[in-house]
Order: sequence, then structure tokens, then C-alpha cells
Amino acid sequence: METVWFAIVAAMLAIYIVLDGFDFGVGILHRFVARTNQERRVVLAAIGPVWDGNEVWLIAAGGVLFMAFPKVYATAFSGFYLALMIVLWLLILRGVAIEFRGHFDNPLWREFWDTVFSVASGLLAIVFGAALGNLVRGVPLDETGLPGMALFTNFWPGQYPGLFDWYTLLVGLFACIALAGHGAIYLDWRTTGPVQERSHQAARRIWLGMVPLWVLVTVATVAVQPEIFTHLLSRWWSMLFILLTCGSFAAVFYFHNQNRPLAAFLSSSLYLLGLSATTLIGHFPHWLRSTINPEFSLTASNSISAQYGVQVALAWWAFGMLLTCGYFVYLFYSMRDKVDSDNLHGH
Amino acid sequence: MAEALIWHRLQFAFSVTFHYLFPQLTMGLALLIVIFKSLALSLGNERYNETARFWARIFALNFAMGVVTGIPLEFQFGTNWSRFSAYAGEVVGQTLAMEGVFAFFLESTFLGLFLFGEKRLGPRGHLAVAASLAVGSWLSGYFIIVTNAFMQHPMGHAVGEDGILHIASFRDYLLNPWGLWQFAHNMSASVVTAAFVVSSVGAYWALMGYHREQAAICLRAGVIAGMIAILLVAFPTGDQQGKMVAEHQPVTLAAMEGLFEGGPYAELAIIGQPDVAQRKLQNPITVPGVLSFLIYGTFGSTVKGLNDFPEDQWPDNIELLYYSYHIMVGLGTVLTLVMGVASLLLWRGTLLQTRPMLWVLMLSFPFPYIATTAGWWTAELGRQPWIIHGLMRTADAGSLQVNPGDVVFTLLGFVGLYLLLGMVFVLQFVKLVNNGPVAHE
Repeated sequence: METVWFAIVAAMLAIYIVLDGFDFGVGILHRFVARTNQERRVVLAAIGPVWDGNEVWLIAAGGVLFMAFPKVYATAFSGFYLALMIVLWLLILRGVAIEFRGHFDNPLWREFWDTVFSVASGLLAIVFGAALGNLVRGVPLDETGLPGMALFTNFWPGQYPGLFDWYTLLVGLFACIALAGHGAIYLDWRTTGPVQERSHQAARRIWLGMVPLWVLVTVATVAVQPEIFTHLLSRWWSMLFILLTCGSFAAVFYFHNQNRPLAAFLSSSLYLLGLSATTLIGHFPHWLRSTINPEFSLTASNSISAQYGVQVALAWWAFGMLLTCGYFVYLFYSMRDKVDSDNLHGH
Repeated sequence: MAEALIWHRLQFAFSVTFHYLFPQLTMGLALLIVIFKSLALSLGNERYNETARFWARIFALNFAMGVVTGIPLEFQFGTNWSRFSAYAGEVVGQTLAMEGVFAFFLESTFLGLFLFGEKRLGPRGHLAVAASLAVGSWLSGYFIIVTNAFMQHPMGHAVGEDGILHIASFRDYLLNPWGLWQFAHNMSASVVTAAFVVSSVGAYWALMGYHREQAAICLRAGVIAGMIAILLVAFPTGDQQGKMVAEHQPVTLAAMEGLFEGGPYAELAIIGQPDVAQRKLQNPITVPGVLSFLIYGTFGSTVKGLNDFPEDQWPDNIELLYYSYHIMVGLGTVLTLVMGVASLLLWRGTLLQTRPMLWVLMLSFPFPYIATTAGWWTAELGRQPWIIHGLMRTADAGSLQVNPGDVVFTLLGFVGLYLLLGMVFVLQFVKLVNNGPVAHE
């Protein structure tokens, strides 16, 4: 049962990264690819109907983690106190920026909220990337739990690292660039005119920049947490995920050159899905890895809820996901056409 | 830890109080929007559609505030209340996860369709989307209230050998009778808030001579919905809620009522100031026997007072609890009178010409917010000193690993951020109301 629920939470997080990833990327690029108010409204209309639903994957994944692995939820959230509060404030600012910008017809008002939206999206991508880096690297869990973690210590992964060190910052930077690339391809698919041209060009540059950065992050991960790779190599089926990730990375370039933005977007989604899944498979069975003593680590098996609760939950979860997939397919299907820049309605 | 506890409590109290200013409007408003849209469809009157679109803009603004201020609450279970989460997560995590899976996905995807898809969906499709949105928001309310009901009156759980709570009966947990009544009480109150806001805007337009037809629509819908809902808040939902408190949290009831010395023919305090040190109510105006009657149906029944319980069972802030409860009941009574008079005038067809009544309606919108907030404070302060009634004390629930100074800092951060956002929100709300129902963009 613990494996099933680990996989469920991991899958929900991976879907979150793919879905909210593109609207984070759109946020990061917003001020660069769209210059006039009309262009910015087009960009926001491209994510308007979906961003809120995308964000719910984070909330729902958090809720499921709470239900299935309460000890992990309690330990990680209190240990990462300050970082999570920063995440909350950024999420609040990012969410209201989208809603607020259109309410006053004043260029300074709009410029302010556009900037808030961009900066919050970029910082969130970095912090979420760094959070993933913390899981991979490990945290100073002792027999009492996770003492409130410092934001930084000596910027070096060791027994008592802070939330930010060179490794987690590198992962954060990689996340920020990767999501920007994902967002650029999304805009290439969903928009027309100058916004599309700029997004198309930005996508090319960003994805080329990703090649050395991805190699660097992979090498750094081998150095910081070699166990991830020994885990991956010990399970034959994890090769499928590695192949999927590498294949879809190449497919992004192929379809982008062919000017097939929808195919490129699906490839970039598969790439992020594959990369997140591969990382979490390598991470399994750990939730929180102790840098002090492996005995203190929280794993799927030592933190799973009792049998009856997670069995009942499996039934409602499956039913709920069926409904949810229906909503998302319908929502994305009903907005499959490009954003019509002459007819921006909504509010 | 003793020092950190007060900061944990203040931060949660502040952020949940601020948060609930928004859903209490949107849940009720969702229902009213569905009503406007159905009337538009059945009467073929475009004015109803304009009214519905106006309230959809208000809904979107409030919904955005509700979403962003709601996320911190789920996080705080882990960040600030980690011992509570580790102890009760297997139980309360069920409904928090269900809220995400069943309510939030429905609400957020259908909100996108609702705001951006009116043309594409057509009138019937758009009405169906609005109805789904309303169902999503009410479901979300249900899951949260079941979670709260567990903390008020635990059901369906078992204490395991490992010393933590496990689900024993999913059905008992999800259908906790406390939760069912609390949900009915709370959702009626949410309709009251929405109805007062809708009437208030209608009265404002009517007094200014703006948008006459839409003003009349808002006044009619607001007053009728408000009258029905406010009666439901009192009876049967509020009455049943009170009886459950009397049965399962008798010490809370005594503190709410300011009843120190219990006994038969227990008196109902209309006003009076509790003096906890002297264990008496100062300057009271009381009606003998009425409290006994309200709870047990006969004047002679015995109601226990605070003196019948050891002090370590008492709620830890009796004064605030007493005033919250009396503010809720007092404002509820006044608001019922306001809606009663407005309904009478509406029935006689003179509401739109009765300017003093329109003034009263226009200015009354803050009070249902205050009454609802006071009601939640009554529920939450009344549960003290327990975080889960009878199972875990609030003092044992906070995160030990978090530096109290960090909590002071983040509380200040929330206060600053929310005050600024609140001001910006009010600016936009006022602008939307002034733009009126026919404005685009």
C-alpha cells in the first residue's frame, strides 16, 4: 500500500509540475514576450481559464500527502517553516496579480501587477526547484524530527545543510529555466502574431541553454546523491522513464524546428513528467532522507497511514481522479483554438 | 513552547478569519448567480443576465482572494500545528484531501469555463457550468466543516497502539451529525451574507437612480433569499447547533451564556459583562428559565454552570467567547428584523420608494460578516482548551521544531500583506459596483 500511495503522490506532483509549470513559465516570460497591453492581455488570456485548476494539483497533492503520510507532512512542513511561508506569500501575490491587473485602466497599475506576476513566478520556480533539491540531497533529520531548517548555512551540501546551498540553488535555477522553456512553447502553441514569434525564438534559445544546464545538474546530482542513480540502475523499468525523458527532450527540438508547436508542447510536457518521475523513482522509498543517520529517514513504509484509511481513500481517490480528468480534458478541449486577440472577453 | 503557542494561535486565527470573509460571500453568491441565470433563461429577460454577469465579476474577485488566502490554512496544519497533524492526520487528512480532489478541481476548472466560456457554451451550457461551480463551492464547505466537526465532536476514529488517531469508520467520520447541522447553519449564514451584499448594492443603485431594473432585481432576490436564509440560520440549524453544544460541550455552553451558577430555571443573559475572577455576570439583564427552555424544552430543567466544572476544563478565554456569542446572536436578531421589514415592504410593492429602508439595506452589509465571524469565533473559542475535543489539548498541538521568533515574523508578514491586499480589494470592489451591471472590462 505504501508503494501505491508513494506513486500516487509522486504522480500528482509530476502532473502539477507539468501543468502549473507552463503557467509559471508564461509568468516568467510575460514581460519579455509581450510588450503592449493588448499583447499582455493575450498572454494572460492564454492561461486565464486554466492556471487556477493547475494550481489545485499542488493543493490536492498536499492533501493526499497529509492523509497518506501524516508524519511526513508534519515533519517536512514544520522543518521547512520559513521557506514555505515565503512560498505562500509568493503564491498569494502571483494569484492576485492575475486577477487585479485588469481592474483599473491605468498603465502604472498594470505594469506593477505584471511585474509582481513575473517576479513571483520566477522566484517560485527557483524555490520549488530548490525544494526538490533538498529532497534529493537530504535534510538534517534527527531522532526528534527535523529541527527548523536554516535558509542557508555554508552553501555546501553536508551533514547540516541549509535550504539553499550551491546544489539546491543550481536545481532551482534549472527549474526556472526549464519552466520558462515549457511556457515559451505553450505560448508558441496558443498565440499568434508578435507574441508567438517572440515565444518561438525564446523557446529555441532557452532549450539550447537547457542542454549544458541539464548535463550539469545531472553530474551534480551524481556527486551529491549517487544513491539516486544506483536505485534507478537497479530497476530495469526505470530505464523506460529515462528513455522517455531523453526521447521527449529530443522531440521538443524536432517538433519546434518543424513548427509544430502542439507536438512540441506535448513533448516538453512529457519531458518534465519523465524527469520528475525519474527523480522520484530514484528517490523512492525515501520521503525525507536524513543527512545525519539513515535510520532517521522517513520512508514510505515507516510513515504510511493505517491500512483501513488508505484503502477507503484509494476508492474515492480513483473515482475523484476520473472526474478530474474529465474536467481537465473538457476544459482544454473547449479552449483548443488559439487565443483570439480581437475578442478578449472575461473580466 | 508556551511562548510560541500564542503566536501559532494568533497566526491561525488571523489568517482563517481573514480568509473566511471571501468564501462566505462566494458560496452564497454562487447560489444567487444560478438563480439569476435560471430566471434569465425562463423569463427571457436580458436584465437578469446582466445582473448575473455583474455578480460574476464580484464573484471572480472574491474567489481569487478566497483561493490565495485559503492555501496558507492547509499549509499551517503542517507548519504550525505539526503535532496535531502527526496525531490526527490520518483522520482529518481524509477530508482535506477529498476537498482538493472533489471540490477544488471542480470549482477551479468550472470557474475558468464560467468566466471565459459564456459565448461558446450558450445559455443552457453556461447555466449548467454555474450550477456545477456552486456545487463545487458548497462541497468544499462540507469537507472543511466535517473536519472542524471532528475537532468539535470526534466521530469515527480510534486511538491506535502507536498513540495516534486512525480512521475506524469512514462513514461515521463523514456523516458526523455535528457536521451536518454545522454545515446547514454555516451555509444558511453564507446565503445571508450574499443576500445582504446583493440587497446593499441594489439599494445603492436604487438610491442613486442608477440601473433601475437591475437594482430592483437585486433588491427582490436579495430580500427574499435573505429572509428565508436568516430564518434558517436561527431555526432549525442554530437551535440544533446550540442543543448539541449543550449535550457534548456543556462547559462551553455555560461559558457562552456567562452562566456561572447553574441549576433549574436557568436564566438567559440578554446583556451583562462576565467577570471571570469574581465568577459572576456584572450588570446583567436576564430572563429566568428561558435558557433551560431553549435547551431542554421545559423551564424547570437543570443547566450546569461553570462552577460545576473544574477550571482546567473551562475555555481559556471566556470573555471573548461570551462576547463573540452575544454579538452573533444580537446581530442575528437585528438582521432578522431588517429583512423582516424589507420583506413586508417588498410584498406591498413599496420597497423601492421607501428611501429610509433603502438606506438601512445599503448600510447593513458589514453586519452579516461580523455576525458570521463572531459565530466562528464562538465555535473555535468554545472548543478550547481542546484542539480535538476530549482528545488533544491545543497546548500540546503546536510545532516544537519551529523557532517562536519565526512565527512572530510570519504573523507580522501575514498581517501586513493581508491589510494591503484588503485595501486594494476594497478599491476594486467599489469600482466594480460603480461601473454597474452594463460595464464591460
